[in-house]
Amino acid sequence: MTARDLIPIAVLTVLAALLPLVVTSSPVLNFLVFMLIVALGAQGWNILGGFGGQFSFGHAAFFGTGAYVTAILQLRFGVNAWAGLVLATLAGAAVGWAIGFLSFRSGLRGSYFALVTLAFAEVFRILANAASVTGGAAGLLIKLDVHPANLQFGDRAVFYWLVLALVAAVLLLTRWIQRSRFGAQLVAVRENEDAAKALGVNSLTVKLRAIALSGGVTALSGCLYAQYFLYVDANIAYGSWISVELLLAPIIGGVGTVFGPVVGALTLHGLGEVAKQFAGRIPGIDLIVFGGVLVLAVAFARGGILGLLERVRDRGRGMMARGPKEVSHADR
Amino acid sequence: MYSPQIILEAALNGLMTGAVYALIALGLTLIYGVLHIINFAHGALLTCAMFAVWVAWAWLGIDPYLAILPLVPLMFALGYGLQRFVIGPASHGDDGNILLVTLGLSIVLENVLLAVFQSDTRTLDTDYSFQVVALGPLLLSYPRLIGLGVAVVVTGLLWLVLNRTDTGKAIRAVAKEKLGANLVGIDVPHVYAVTFGLGCACLAVAAGLLMPTFYVNPRIGGAFVLVAFTVVVLGGMGSLPGALLGGLFIGVVESLCGLFLGDSLGQIGIFLIFIAVLLVRPTGLFGAKA
Repeated sequence: MTARDLIPIAVLTVLAALLPLVVTSSPVLNFLVFMLIVALGAQGWNILGGFGGQFSFGHAAFFGTGAYVTAILQLRFGVNAWAGLVLATLAGAAVGWAIGFLSFRSGLRGSYFALVTLAFAEVFRILANAASVTGGAAGLLIKLDVHPANLQFGDRAVFYWLVLALVAAVLLLTRWIQRSRFGAQLVAVRENEDAAKALGVNSLTVKLRAIALSGGVTALSGCLYAQYFLYVDANIAYGSWISVELLLAPIIGGVGTVFGPVVGALTLHGLGEVAKQFAGRIPGIDLIVFGGVLVLAVAFARGGILGLLERVRDRGRGMMARGPKEVSHADR
Repeated sequence: MYSPQIILEAALNGLMTGAVYALIALGLTLIYGVLHIINFAHGALLTCAMFAVWVAWAWLGIDPYLAILPLVPLMFALGYGLQRFVIGPASHGDDGNILLVTLGLSIVLENVLLAVFQSDTRTLDTDYSFQVVALGPLLLSYPRLIGLGVAVVVTGLLWLVLNRTDTGKAIRAVAKEKLGANLVGIDVPHVYAVTFGLGCACLAVAAGLLMPTFYVNPRIGGAFVLVAFTVVVLGGMGSLPGALLGGLFIGVVESLCGLFLGDSLGQIGIFLIFIAVLLVRPTGLFGAKA
């Protein structure tokens, strides 16, 4: 990684960190924290789905695992919340590895992989809804005990900075993946698995690493969700809403790019809020917008918002020389 | 332990619920077999059809079984239009895109229904909703028995359409060899849209059969769509007899799991079968050609 890789991440993080000094209203901070949590989970999805090309429709399996692991550890075993954060991340990575091991070893790809992840998330949801350790349908309440050692802060801004720092860390991780040998192999598997294998890439190992990383990052976001709202139940943790959120953000923002998931989460939730302002009390209006934007993005902007920007920039740079990139876009 | 009579009754009731699963899966497997796409909007489209049946009953006083007759062409038209003007053009023929476009569609449809009808659960009651038929010592639900009969007839009709009509021949040709079909003058986008329409028409029938004994709310489709995926995968993607047998089988499994494990865990058997089939034999039990 070079300075050129780091500077944009650093600048954006610093700018975002200044926000709570300007904005002090609680609803706005709540919105920002929630959006960053979604962005973080979506970054996890993007490692597997964006760089690895393995579209998961069940990332709730990891999000929920993160949320439940930290809640159960704190409530039933008295484990410290910070330790819970680490253990939840590791649990998510382990679940990711296990699901990956089962599905990739059986050679599931494309739609089949999407379906099997969906089914895993659903099995977890039903189990969490019925088991007693998870509190069943009533869910789990994490005890309100405001103290930094409990990962509960009197000031919302502190939690915002914490989530922001983790999002920035995952931005760095993603940039590192992009520049690393592992990332190159992952992209090779995405573009053509058979060709990658022929060139000596162990595609199973590469995909397993990706899904473990992906599961860990998404579990971290689930853990933060539980820690911020202090409540988990099966439909929040393992519900299909979060699987959809985590997949929409990278696809809208720019799949397989470093900033895509963050841009996507910001855009989607920004649009959702605008729609709510205009339409008032109509339930589900923000989701109608999400679905519509997804269809439009697939139809007209396969590279998401960042892809569109890149296209505009390319066009601005070289009207006379139509590069190969331009042609390939036009072909699609 | 349970008496054999209770188990048998549960199995038979499951068989009859399974018939409706089979109808839903029939539409899904037809679309998969021809277009080679996984239609994520299938559940949301079913919800639309169920609300249509409910509206016909609540506002116009039409019997749910009679409502099937006008609903079949309506759903066909909706499916035809969606494939022709939305899914086809938006997805540029790419597998992953289609998955995303149909996901987007399902989100939009579900939440439009939510905006219109709110999240309340609605039921309709008919004279025959709770009628039972005695078969020896066993009591069978009358509407579900009708469901089983109609499901078998519809599967037969669909088979006839596919095997005995020119349209069916064109559909099969496109399913086997898209380019070749195009070369001999078959309008492929039209055939795609017709197939999608037929898949949606199956949902109209399923909705009419479900409503006398079931309820509807904007999120109900999700519960069915995973079951339908399971049936389709189990029966072999694209296989009509597979969908029928798979549906019946899954209905029985769900009913027996519900009996032995309790209602909250009843569906888990379905998903475990789903995962196991995907992992061990993704071509399904009947889909040897796939």
